[in-house]
Amino acid sequence: MRRIITMTVNNRPGVLNRITGLFTKRHYNIESITVGHTEIEGISRMTFVVNVDDERTAEQIIKQLNKQIDVLKVNDITDQAIVARELALIKVSAPPSVRQEIYTLIEPFRASIVDVSKDSLVIQVTGEPDKVEALIELLRPYGIKEVARTGTTAFTRGAQKATTNQKTAFII
Amino acid sequence: MAKMKVEEQEKAKTKTRMNGSLMLIEALKAERVEVIFGYPGGAVLPLYDELYKAGVFHVLTRHEQGAIHAAEGYARISGKPGVVIATSGPGATNLVTGLTDAMMDSLPLVVFTGQVATSVIGSDAFQEADVVGITMPITKHNYQVRDISELPRIIKEAFHIATTGRPGPVLIDIPKDITTAEGEFDYDQDVHLPGYQPTTQPNHWQIRRLVEAVSQSKRPVILAGAGVLHANAADELRQYAEQQNIPVVHTLLGLGGFPADHPLFLGMAGMHGTYTANMALYECDLLINIGARFDDRVTGNLKDFAPKATVAHIDIDPAEIGKNVPTKIPIVSDAKAALQELIAQQGKSADTAAWLAQLDEWKRRFPLHYEPEAGAIKPQKLIEMIYEMTNGEAIVTTDVGQHQMWAAQYYKFNRPHRWVTSGGLGTMGFGLPAAIGAQLADRSATVVSIVGDGGFQMTFQELSVIQELQLPIKIVIVNNQALGMVRQWQELFYDKRYSHSLIPNQPDFVKLAEAYGMLGLRAKTEAEAADVLKQAFAINGPVLLDFHVRADENVYPMVAPGKGLHQMVGVKACEESSQ
Repeated sequence: MRRIITMTVNNRPGVLNRITGLFTKRHYNIESITVGHTEIEGISRMTFVVNVDDERTAEQIIKQLNKQIDVLKVNDITDQAIVARELALIKVSAPPSVRQEIYTLIEPFRASIVDVSKDSLVIQVTGEPDKVEALIELLRPYGIKEVARTGTTAFTRGAQKATTNQKTAFII
Repeated sequence: MAKMKVEEQEKAKTKTRMNGSLMLIEALKAERVEVIFGYPGGAVLPLYDELYKAGVFHVLTRHEQGAIHAAEGYARISGKPGVVIATSGPGATNLVTGLTDAMMDSLPLVVFTGQVATSVIGSDAFQEADVVGITMPITKHNYQVRDISELPRIIKEAFHIATTGRPGPVLIDIPKDITTAEGEFDYDQDVHLPGYQPTTQPNHWQIRRLVEAVSQSKRPVILAGAGVLHANAADELRQYAEQQNIPVVHTLLGLGGFPADHPLFLGMAGMHGTYTANMALYECDLLINIGARFDDRVTGNLKDFAPKATVAHIDIDPAEIGKNVPTKIPIVSDAKAALQELIAQQGKSADTAAWLAQLDEWKRRFPLHYEPEAGAIKPQKLIEMIYEMTNGEAIVTTDVGQHQMWAAQYYKFNRPHRWVTSGGLGTMGFGLPAAIGAQLADRSATVVSIVGDGGFQMTFQELSVIQELQLPIKIVIVNNQALGMVRQWQELFYDKRYSHSLIPNQPDFVKLAEAYGMLGLRAKTEAEAADVLKQAFAINGPVLLDFHVRADENVYPMVAPGKGLHQMVGVKACEESSQ
C-alpha cells in the first residue's frame, strides 16, 4: 500500500542522508522524496511516498523516523484530505508539423511549453502523479527524449472532512 | 565600583575563552567522567596534549576496538556513559564494531573521533574517513563539529542523548583545527532538542488495562530484559512479581534483573533457554514484556511465539513496541516508573496457583542438565565451579558462543549489574576488554572474563592493559580448540562438515600469559581445574586460565533456527532429581 508521509526536520548537514539511510537499513522502499524549506528558518519539510506491505510496517517507519533526533514531527497523511502535487518537465520530439497537435493535447492538462527548439519542446506539468503519468503516456507516441520529475510534495488541506480517519504517529 | 564590575565581567569572559581541546576536557570534568578509554594519533594530538596537562585518567588500550568494548563494560557496570577517544581514519573505523555492539545492546557511550582539518575535509586527505557517514546507522546520534562555537553545545547534547531515553552510543567527530581553535566556553546551558523528548512516565489508562488483564489471567508470565537494568528497576520487578505472584523469565541481557534463586524465576528464555522458561512463554495467556525487544533469539519462530497470550509491552522506545510482536497493551515508559505505577495500582491479583504448580513441576522434571564425566572438564561443570568459587558475586564478562551460553545457564545471577555480555551483535573479542572497563567501574569486584579460545584471540592484546594496571581479572579460556558454536551448528545442521571451525593447534596460552607478565595456569581434568581455580582466586592480580574442556560438548537445550520455543531439542526428563 502506498503511504504519503510528511515531516519537518532540522535543516542540518546530513539529515537527508540520515533519513534515506534509515530506509535502506530497514529495507523500506521509497518511491519518492522531496525536500524544501519551510516558513521557519532552519526547518525543512520532507514529503515521501513509500510502498509498504501493511499498517504495521507503516507504523514502524513512522516510529523509526520519530526516533531521529533531527526529526521534529512526522505525519502519515495518506488518509487525510490532502493536496498532493508533482512537477514534471518532459522533452518531446516535436518537428513543426506536430507542434500544434501537441499544443492542443496538453491544454486540458494545463501544462505549458517552457522551451522550444528546432525539433523538440519542453513541457512543464504540475498535478497529482496520475495526471503527470497520463500526460506522459499521451506524449509517448511523439517520442519522449527526457523526463525529469520531482516526486510528490503534499500538504493537508486547511479544512478536513469530519469523517476523515486521521492516522496518528503513536499508538498511545 | 561600576568600573570594577565591568572589569570583573571582562575577566570572567576572557577566563572562559579557551581552545577546543581544553573545552573538551572541561566538559568531561563537568560531566564527572572518571576514565577515558582511547588511543592517540595525529588528528587528536592537541587533545592528548591537553589531557597530559590536565592529568585525566586515561586508559591506553592496544586497539581502538579494545577501548570501546572497555567503555561498554564500564557503562554496563557503572550505569554511567563510557567515554572513548580515537584518532581519525583507521582509529575511527576501528570503533565500528563497538559502536554497533553498544547500539544493539543500548549502552550509553560518548565517543570522540579526530578528523582531518576542516580545510581538507573531502579531499581524501591522510587518515580521512567519512566517520559521520559510516557511523550514522550504528549510533543513536552523531555530530561533526564545524565551528568551535558549537563544541560545548554538542558535547552537552551528546551526553544527554547517550544517557536518556533508550541509552545508546553518540559520536562526535572533531576536525583537528577545531581542537586548536579558540572560542567561548559556556557549558552552563540547557539542552534544547525539540525533536528528542523521550516518554518516561507511563500512560495511566494503559497501566489500568494491564492491571485488568493481570486480574483476569490464569497463566501470566513476565519477560524481563535489559531495560529493567538500565532503569535500575530490579527491586520494583521483584516487588511486583511477588505482589502478583507472576513468574519471571529473563532474556540473555536481562540476567540479574530478577534473582536467579527466587522461586518465581524460571530461567533464561530463548534459543538456549530453560525448558520451563520457553514453555511458559508458549503456554502463557498473558505475556508482560518489560524492557526486552523481542529479539529473534528469544522468540524463536514468531509464528509460534506466545500463541495463546495477550501481549503487553513496556518499553521506553516506542519503536520497539509492535516491531516484532503485535501488542495489545502498549506502555511507553521507563521500566521503573511503569513498575512503580503497577505496584501502586495493585488491583485484583491473578489466581496463579495452578500455573505456578505446573511450572514447578516442569522445573523439577526438566532442569538444565549435562552428563558429568570423570577425567575431563565439562564446560558446564567449570562454570558451576567458578560460580561456587566466587559465591555468585563476581562480575562475569563473556564473548559470544558456547561458553557464553554455558555462563548464562550455569552462573546464577542474583543481583543486577554483574553480567556483561554481547547480546545483540554477538561480538567475538568482547569479553576481555569489557572486563577491563567493568573492573575499573567497580574496583572491589571480582571480575571473571569467560572467553572462548576463538574470541580471545581477537582482542588478547588487551592483556597488556590488564597487566599494566594490575587489574585482578581472572581470564577463563574455555578451550575446546574450535569455534565451538560454529562447530555445534555444523554438527547439527551441516552433516558434521566442520568447515574451518576446528583449531587443533592453538598457541600455548600459558606462555602467552607469561609473555605479558602475568600468571598463566592450565587444567585438563576436573581435579586440575579445581586446583588452578583455587590458586587463581587466591592471588590478588590478573591470572589467565586455560581450561581444555571436552571439545565435542554441545549447548543444550536448543531451539533450532526456524523452530518455535516449544520445539526444543536436548531436553531430558529428570525424574528423581530436584536440582
